[in-house]
Amino acid sequence: MTNETKQTLVIDEEQFLPRREMSNLERWLGTDTYRALRGMVTNPTSIVGLVLLGLFLFIALAAPILAPPISSNPYQIPRDGYGSVPKPPGTLWNSRQPELPFWWKPIMGTDQWVHIMGTASGQWDIYYGVVWGTRTALQVGLLITFVGAAVGITIGAVSAYYGGWLDMVLMRITDIFMAFPFMLAAMTLSAVLTPVLGKGLFPPMIALMAFGWTGFARLLRSDILSVREREYVLAAQVIGVKDARILFRHILPNAIFPTLVLGSMRIGSYVITFAGLSFLGIGAEVGYADWGQLLSFARAWMTNLGEYWYIVIFPGVALVLFTLSWNLVGDALRDVLDPRMQGSR
Amino acid sequence: MAVGIDLGKPTSQHLLEVRDLTTRFYTEDGVVHAVNGISYTLDEGETLGVVGESGCGKSVHALSMMRLIPIPPGKIEKGEVIFKGRDLLKLSEEEMRHIRGAEIAMIFQDPMTSLNPVLTIGFQITESLQLHQGMDKAQSRERALELLDMVGIPEAALRLDDYPHQFSGGMRQRAMIAMGLSCNPSILIADEPTTALDVTIQAQIVDLVKRLQDKLGMTVIWITHDLGVVAGMADRVNVMYAGSIIETGPVKYIYGDPHHPYTLGLLGSLPNPEGSMGVRLYSIPGEPPDLVGMPKGCPFAPRCTFKVERCLHEMPMLEEIEPGHLAACWEKDRVRRV
Ligand SMILES: Nc1ncnc2c1ncn2[C@@H]1O[C@H](COP(=O)(O)OP(=O)(O)OP(=O)(O)O)[C@@H](O)[C@H]1O
Ligand SMILES: [Mg+2]
Repeated sequence: MTNETKQTLVIDEEQFLPRREMSNLERWLGTDTYRALRGMVTNPTSIVGLVLLGLFLFIALAAPILAPPISSNPYQIPRDGYGSVPKPPGTLWNSRQPELPFWWKPIMGTDQWVHIMGTASGQWDIYYGVVWGTRTALQVGLLITFVGAAVGITIGAVSAYYGGWLDMVLMRITDIFMAFPFMLAAMTLSAVLTPVLGKGLFPPMIALMAFGWTGFARLLRSDILSVREREYVLAAQVIGVKDARILFRHILPNAIFPTLVLGSMRIGSYVITFAGLSFLGIGAEVGYADWGQLLSFARAWMTNLGEYWYIVIFPGVALVLFTLSWNLVGDALRDVLDPRMQGSR
Repeated sequence: MAVGIDLGKPTSQHLLEVRDLTTRFYTEDGVVHAVNGISYTLDEGETLGVVGESGCGKSVHALSMMRLIPIPPGKIEKGEVIFKGRDLLKLSEEEMRHIRGAEIAMIFQDPMTSLNPVLTIGFQITESLQLHQGMDKAQSRERALELLDMVGIPEAALRLDDYPHQFSGGMRQRAMIAMGLSCNPSILIADEPTTALDVTIQAQIVDLVKRLQDKLGMTVIWITHDLGVVAGMADRVNVMYAGSIIETGPVKYIYGDPHHPYTLGLLGSLPNPEGSMGVRLYSIPGEPPDLVGMPKGCPFAPRCTFKVERCLHEMPMLEEIEPGHLAACWEKDRVRRV
């Protein structure tokens, strides 16, 4: 009797889940990444977002070809004289015409370079501003978000991990930073920093970083706190894994996704805020390729926008589409990550 | 040094000796008396069943031994947990980490939540091997394959890079067991490892652990609220109620000759094996006490059909009935299995 029971080993009674065939790509990327990526390229919202984003990336990368720089500083928008009245799209370049891009003649059949998007008052070429401004937007948006997220993630993780009085202190500091209205705080700080660092992109960027990390810290902290209660964290403790490793390998990968989604959503809004500061004259020096700066050229012509629409429309549309693309991507990221998280809990 | 016994030094000829372990949680609602001075010993190769209703402190008692209760709100108030002659409660955190997983392993109730969804099964099994046995990646994978094979997961080589959601519940629990056993621990604590599984798979897991125990000579602490599960596998049983051990003894006495009304109640709630037709399902009326502000007297008194005046005022202590069989009840001589 005992022999009999010993011999019927226990494997077969349970129906094991059949092993799903995986493609090589899936094997290489890992199931989760693969699923997320597949979600990203099949979800219509995210396709629109990704296409727009791809377009901006292309413009940024191809800027020297799309708009060959005139001086050693390519971010300096070339100007065609000093007249104060804007000129409409299609106006010929008069003076100091930049080098003609190679694609212009085969397409247009002429040697004559025009102001493709018109000029702003002061004869700044809007096309150059929009094209090179794409680079500025990407740099500014990514850098602010990157630094802001890094600071926020560090503070959020430390806070959740150590808890106790350190958590208390860090969260009260976060509260204080959050208590300031974001735009106003960023404006004040960059105005204070400008005399110290000189006029340029840095004062507003630093100001936005200084006030932008709070959302990341809060979000990550609460997600870590909730993940920390999961049984698999206890299971890792039970086998004697070091606390720091538990945080980085076991908790963070489960808690970081909402923060990444927030990050991608924030890129657009930082660029908008940055443009807002530029518009107010805090930020890039005059003539620096930056969408907010271009928009500020329209300030004197607010009442005649019917006539001078091009000063607002081109940089404005660029700004809106840029923000939209990041929001769509962020939205789609959240959609593809959420069901995954539910499915695997 | 010279003469006499050094009482300051914890010594024990048992593999594990728990003395007066007491754990409380200081919550906003008051002090939760989760574990109230439990003591027992465990020898090599033995299987101990820990049985009791939900919330009676079974898990907290195990986690206290592993020093893994959240502090705060939790606090191990007093006691000793002497494992291989060393008091675990006095070890440094670093020393304790080398006990966990390597010497004492633990598996949990819900295999759906106790595996990390973003890490592969292979990663989770090899982690402990790399940690405690200094194996490199290749060696630990090799060993993980053996382990998965041993716990009965087919095509282990292909399964190593799977994520938990690709495993069924029973397979996950097998993987958890593989994780637990990876470093040949002396003690395996199984905290209701079958509760979340359906009945046939429960039986398989119980069987698996029994076989592995025979093979590896482990000591097992099997926590459950189902006396039926431990009947076939335990050598001894601790019956817990409201954070205390209220009856303990060899499994045959606990089943054949219980002397605490609560044990009787737990047994009554088992399907009666004799009455082939009338399967009697009897559960103990009333609720287990809330462990905040423990009543004076016997905690089981409010639900007890044997209670007398004395039970309401005086807490009974564990007293011997026969060698190795103890019960904490003033009326234990009246309590008999019918
Ligand atoms: N982190 C905590 N904070 C406060 N109270 C806790 C905490 N963990 C456990 N408790 C309390 O300790 C008591 C014992 O809980 P424990 O988890 O040990 O019960 P159990 O016997 O394992 O029950 P189950 O069969 O449901 O697992 C319960 O009253 C519970 O509410
Ligand atoms: Mg429990």
